[in-house]
Amino acid sequence: MTTFFASLLIALRALMVNKMRSTLTMLGIIIGVGAVIAMIAVGTGAKTRIADQIASMGSNLLIVLSGSSTSGGMRMGAGTVPTLTFDDARAISVEIPSVKYVAPNLSGVAQVVYGNQNWSTIINGATPEIFEIRGWPLAAGRSFSQQDLDGAAKVCILGKTVADNLFGAIDPVGQIVRIKRVPFTVVGVLVAKGQSTWGQDQDDVIFVPLTAAQKRLFGMQFPGMVRGITVQAREAEGMKDAEKQITDLLRQRHRLSAGQDNDFSVRNLTEVMSSAEESADVMSRLLGAIASISLIVGGIGIMNIMLVSVTERTREIGIRIAVGAKSRDILLQFLIESLVLSLIGGTLGIGSGIAGTLILSSFTQWPTVFSVNAILLAFLFSGAVGVFFGFYPARKASLLNPIEALRYE
Amino acid sequence: MDSLIQVHDLVKVYYLGEVEVQALRGISLSVEKGEFVAIMGASGSGKSTFMNILGFLDGPTAGQYLLEGIDGERLSKDELAEIRNRKIGFVFQGFNLLSRTSAIENVELPLVYARVPTHERREKALEALSQVGLKGRGYHRPNQLSGGEQQRVAIARALVNEPSILLADEPTGNLDSKTSGEIMEIFQRLNREMGITIIMITHEPDIASYAQRNILFKDGNIVDDRNVLSERVS
Repeated sequence: MTTFFASLLIALRALMVNKMRSTLTMLGIIIGVGAVIAMIAVGTGAKTRIADQIASMGSNLLIVLSGSSTSGGMRMGAGTVPTLTFDDARAISVEIPSVKYVAPNLSGVAQVVYGNQNWSTIINGATPEIFEIRGWPLAAGRSFSQQDLDGAAKVCILGKTVADNLFGAIDPVGQIVRIKRVPFTVVGVLVAKGQSTWGQDQDDVIFVPLTAAQKRLFGMQFPGMVRGITVQAREAEGMKDAEKQITDLLRQRHRLSAGQDNDFSVRNLTEVMSSAEESADVMSRLLGAIASISLIVGGIGIMNIMLVSVTERTREIGIRIAVGAKSRDILLQFLIESLVLSLIGGTLGIGSGIAGTLILSSFTQWPTVFSVNAILLAFLFSGAVGVFFGFYPARKASLLNPIEALRYE
Repeated sequence: MDSLIQVHDLVKVYYLGEVEVQALRGISLSVEKGEFVAIMGASGSGKSTFMNILGFLDGPTAGQYLLEGIDGERLSKDELAEIRNRKIGFVFQGFNLLSRTSAIENVELPLVYARVPTHERREKALEALSQVGLKGRGYHRPNQLSGGEQQRVAIARALVNEPSILLADEPTGNLDSKTSGEIMEIFQRLNREMGITIIMITHEPDIASYAQRNILFKDGNIVDDRNVLSERVS
């Protein structure tokens, strides 16, 4: 221990003698560690934002859409032929145990008028379960009641964007808006949810009871028609099974024989989202890797300076060996010197990385998240760089021949 | 009783590229505890090579060197470092002090490698400095000291770990004659009062005359070895 502290003191003093040189050498590590921390913070921020967006969509989601229509050999895409009914939704909810919530919907775009204001938006005919699935609370008012659904009540719940555009500062609850000239009473306003992963404004929407959408707004080609059914599974692990069970159930209900294509489609939304998350993850790793290169370059700077230092101090090393320093004493002395250099650089790098990230995010509005692990890792990595790049010069010093070293001018 | 230093038929051959240099051609001598020996000779006579071997900084090509019965040939590099640390004190022509550290820290250096605790180190270093008459100058740096003072710091460093032998390689080579006399006075005092064995290389006969015994090297051989009947008193 005595030797260690003695070596530490010797190292600090040696670094103090060449302040400018030590600072410049450290700069490489400072920039390296700072870059690693900043890049990981940006990467983690992007990842967290995507994770938040996934959570805002609702987790463990399966979307069942109506089949595609074919017109003269041209297939029109999912949802163009209505095949799903409200009863399909009910059957899924009753017969498949791994399902938590089922929310059928029928939506369309319509012009909405309040007083002298008007706004074109998505009218989503839904059941109250949709708010559970998407974890979407009301900012004011109430949700739909069973009575609203049973009676196709002319009530609606506004998304934040719609409420702002039509009402401005007025409280919308209790007011009457006209959707396709049909008067609807506003019973609730949802809290803001922000953009979806794809940049859509999720708040630009009006919810009405599914039955009201069917009977009063969009009409039905057959009784109980819905455009899609959103299903939330209880657990992420059960998604695949649920997907299969829903497919089997609907094929049976739609009386499809073995060779026939599905007249509906089931999409696993979580998979889509997790691939987005994965790409953000890859991105953040890539950023971290690029930043680590600068740390390695900083390490080479340390090695260079340590080699110069060993040469300059050949005579000192000779004296130390002559008065009884063992190889490992000399090795330790120079290793500690490069370690001190890199750890001081690492510490300052943590500061500059955090400061740089804060400045960056205040200018670009990027979300950034600091992780203690990443900071610790960058710090330890800087120490490892110091030991790794300091070892060769230190070993070179420890192997010097004392007679030649003492003669060195 | 065995002598402090026993040298038998010591040979050292260097290879400078293709050229073979016979630095020592079979040296035999013994030095008793408490002697003050001056080794003289022209440059190239092999006296510095001999000193390096005595100081365990270099090994012989052939022959045997024993210090207190210890044969360096059988020891590892680190064991040799330990022997240098505990049994040998070096004084060089160019002082060889660490320029960026204070006098007292220079003196402490061998104790650092002997794993002596800090407070004890400081105590011993202060004592060694007062033995060479530098009490109170311990916190000066070498470049703030005169040549004679620097050499005295080096002597204190050589003494601090109570070595068996003090090896001095041209200790007065960089000093004027007055300062040289002062250094020799210290050597004589250490030798007489503390019984420290000193082997000193010099090419100046009047410096050699401070010693009790003069050995003359020529072309890798001892050509003269005699006791000084009336050594010079400073």
